[in-house]
Amino acid sequence: MGEIKFLQGNEACALGAVRAGLRFFGGYPITPSSEIAEQCARLLPRVGGRFIQMEDEIASIASIIGGSLAGTKSMTATSGPGFSLMQEALGYGIMAEVPFVVVNVMRGGPSTGHPTGPSQGDIMQARWGTHGDHPVIALYPESVPETYYEIIRAFNLAERFRQPVVFLMDEILGKMNESVEIRDDIEIIPRRKIEGDPSRYAPYAMKEDIPQTANYGEGLRFHVTGLFHDETGFPDVSGDNIQRSIDRMFRKIEEHEDVIGKWEETGTVDPDILLVSVGTQARSAKMACKELNREGISAGVFRPVTVWPFPEKRLAELSRKAKKVLIIEMNKGQLADECRKFIDGDKIIALNQLNSEMISPREIISTAKGVL
Amino acid sequence: MFDYSKYLRMDKLPHIWCYGCGNGIILKGAVRAIDKMGWDKDSVMAVSGIGCSSRATGYVDFNSLHTLHGRAIPYATGIKMSRPDLNVIVFTGDGDATAIGGNHFIHAARRNIDLTVVLFNNNIYGMTGGQYSPTTPQGYFASTAPYGHIDPSFDIVQLAMGSGATFVARSTVANPREMEKFIHEGLKNKGFSLIEVVSNCHERFGKRNKMKSPYEMIEWIRSRAVSKVKAETMEPEELEGKIITGIFRQETRPEYVEAYDSFVMQKAGGGN
Ligand SMILES: Cc1ncc(C[n+]2csc(CCOP(=O)(O)OP(=O)(O)O)c2C)c(N)n1
Ligand code: SF4
Ligand SMILES: [Mg+2]
Repeated sequence: MGEIKFLQGNEACALGAVRAGLRFFGGYPITPSSEIAEQCARLLPRVGGRFIQMEDEIASIASIIGGSLAGTKSMTATSGPGFSLMQEALGYGIMAEVPFVVVNVMRGGPSTGHPTGPSQGDIMQARWGTHGDHPVIALYPESVPETYYEIIRAFNLAERFRQPVVFLMDEILGKMNESVEIRDDIEIIPRRKIEGDPSRYAPYAMKEDIPQTANYGEGLRFHVTGLFHDETGFPDVSGDNIQRSIDRMFRKIEEHEDVIGKWEETGTVDPDILLVSVGTQARSAKMACKELNREGISAGVFRPVTVWPFPEKRLAELSRKAKKVLIIEMNKGQLADECRKFIDGDKIIALNQLNSEMISPREIISTAKGVL
Repeated sequence: MFDYSKYLRMDKLPHIWCYGCGNGIILKGAVRAIDKMGWDKDSVMAVSGIGCSSRATGYVDFNSLHTLHGRAIPYATGIKMSRPDLNVIVFTGDGDATAIGGNHFIHAARRNIDLTVVLFNNNIYGMTGGQYSPTTPQGYFASTAPYGHIDPSFDIVQLAMGSGATFVARSTVANPREMEKFIHEGLKNKGFSLIEVVSNCHERFGKRNKMKSPYEMIEWIRSRAVSKVKAETMEPEELEGKIITGIFRQETRPEYVEAYDSFVMQKAGGGN
């Protein structure tokens, strides 16, 4: 058994990140994420890492892309307005295939919205916020201990797939306190060291669709750009290359869903009513499910932990057997809309609320009973 | 004869710049200045934003990074925070550094982080077709100033000085020797260095302003360049429209990453 710590969600995020090898944080304060920056400012110089408070969120994400390319595991943390500002550079990270982590502790939007209220309004922004067609990895834990372990997984996925990872939290999760058992046996994927012939080195030569890019300043001089490029890293905007590059970037993520995908299933196996929910809201769904089961109702919960790529295959399977699929979200139905792509529309019931409060188990129970 | 092939990616030539563009003169000056530093090419990191000028990173045989419009300086900041031992040079344009990236420019100068910024000031948005920039002179024409330009300009040297840069200089493509010397002085400075180089975009600025050829434009630049020493003896009216060249500041102040390591890391009990 590891040490037990009583932590705030934001604090667990910072501690987990440092455990995963974070050594550079560039950020800009914003409620309800600021404790992550504050913790990084405190923790990083103790372990030989560095922290900088940049002049805005655009600069923050730019700085961590630079930090990562120079070989240091890097992260930034923000909330809605800042996440909006980061979108262009997030796309750069996807295009140039740079590993880093962007934490978005979701608050009520649009605009300044409700800084201290929870929301799940950025689920779709995490997917399609930056322009152009692109694959995305986004994780979203439900509890403080899960935050600690999932942020480590976020870093591991970033390193393994050379892909920025969006780490979603929400105001409730960021600000709540829970006990976390800090285990010793955690797998950490280190930054790869690439060896090669400096005269012929191609930073975007692929191995299983993943580029073998070195770190700057380790003897292999190379070029990185946000333009479409060939395996040498230099611009190639021929139609063929663009098509091939986008297809390959999608393949890189889609064909590894066995590693990237993660979800939790609880309650009745093959239930009549399937509750679908993410983040802290899923805890309320799980409570509702328990109560429904106690009353003898066949109900189960499907909780994606990896939100993007969305665990579509498994959910489609479960939905075929269910009579109703109740999708519970603190937004206008962003995941419900996604589910309409592959679940019979008549089965879908969207339960949504935007009053800065989590949807209670009571409301979920009464909705579930009402539709069965 | 200076052997440019030692520092240029010869297989990437010819470059995309228009015939006679000042960007080539600046790139050569920068390469010669870097050569004088005697640095191992692996230790040099060239970072640029977006624009004609920012394409410079593609041609130099260093570690090179072509970023987003306006963001070269924060990318470079992250690189420096990650690898303080790298010699980081930023190639940027007047639009890149003082319009979309203006905020980053002043904050990096304030921190005195060890970056050498070579700013190609052609008084225009070259790459996108000749729209006005924060340094397009009043009364001139741009594609977005078809009736003549009314905006007052930034004085980039003053901007850098007011923001706290520890090395600040201005030269022009009409005086390559001076430019090279200033870049070299900037590279030697342990802190934020700004070298503004006034350049010619005859294609997108000149053509709209009765200076079609590189020659006419470089003459226009040469005729307005006044050394700082001479400028001190001139009246403000006489200096109207002139380009004052020289080293405006050269001083020492704690460098940002060194300060972080010697102060913050020490207090935190970290460090290597
Ligand atoms: C976010 C964003 N906005 C606008 C552009 C379009 N754009 C590309 S280069 C440029 C201006 C470049 O001007 P400058 O920095 O002076 O460089 P020059 O081409 O003159 O060397 C603009 C507006 C862009 N690439 N990205
Ligand atoms: S458009 Fe202007 S700045 Fe760009 S390459 Fe041509 S002359 Fe140079
Ligand atoms: Mg310009």
